[in-house]
Amino acid sequence: MKTAVVTFPGSNCDRDMWVALRDVSGKDPVKVWHGDADLPDGLDFIALPGGFSYGDYLRSGAMAANSPIMRSVAAAAERGVPVLGVCNGFQVLTEARLLPGALMRNAKQTFICRTVPLVVENDTSLFTSAYTKGETIHIPVAHHDGNYFAEDAVLDRLEGEGRVAFRYGENWNGSRRDIAGILNEAGNVLGMMPHPERAIEADHGGSDGRRLFEGVIGSLVGV
Amino acid sequence: MKVRIHVSLKPGVLDPQGRAVHHALDGLGFEGVQDVRIGRLVEMEVADSTTDEALDEMCSRLLANTVIENYRIEKVDA
Repeated sequence: MKTAVVTFPGSNCDRDMWVALRDVSGKDPVKVWHGDADLPDGLDFIALPGGFSYGDYLRSGAMAANSPIMRSVAAAAERGVPVLGVCNGFQVLTEARLLPGALMRNAKQTFICRTVPLVVENDTSLFTSAYTKGETIHIPVAHHDGNYFAEDAVLDRLEGEGRVAFRYGENWNGSRRDIAGILNEAGNVLGMMPHPERAIEADHGGSDGRRLFEGVIGSLVGV
Repeated sequence: MKVRIHVSLKPGVLDPQGRAVHHALDGLGFEGVQDVRIGRLVEMEVADSTTDEALDEMCSRLLANTVIENYRIEKVDA
């Protein structure tokens, strides 16, 4: 099991992600810097963490999506390597066109930082197999640009193909159809605004996020 | 050559920022403001040999997010 966390200038959840992956996988994840051209060989899992890469210049995630490492991340995703983008990582994945849609400024213009209920919409994906469809879990969000937008045809397709992984229990940020997290067509790329890596210990805000990592790491170990 | 790239939200994409500014203009007592939408202006100095295709690619690949934004390229006479 070889996992990696990519750090961009301005990432600030990379260490939390690193700890979550270490705790669940039992091995230290590799730290990868945005300017690296290549990922280490033999990676089983890649995480793009939250934060404010490049100070959110131009658009959230836009600069990071064009950084050298993202070409390698895109190639790995194409090969089927699981890629998880959380918060700014989700924004980077949409800007890199690895996921459809875009994340816009929250509808009420405010930064939202709180633990929110999420409804699990898909319990068969690589990332969500440890949950039960319809289950409500509680995961922290902390973002200013989490308002998910895609055209109706794209939304219909996402829903029709079971690619909405999570919805907000209540629509905090204006996201269309309450979407909090989506999968790519092949199911090996998940982007989500809520932070599962901040919910891995009962003593620190709950452990509902831990099951996401247990699910995906467990399925990879089983391969 | 000087080039201005005008980036604007596509019609139909909600603009919470524009709506807030609209409210603020109303609050200042300006009458008749019917809609406000916020965009972005990128001014660039590029080599005269820069092709239209290259400018278009700069916009579609980085300067605008074509999922939510339109762009217009304006070449400015010196």
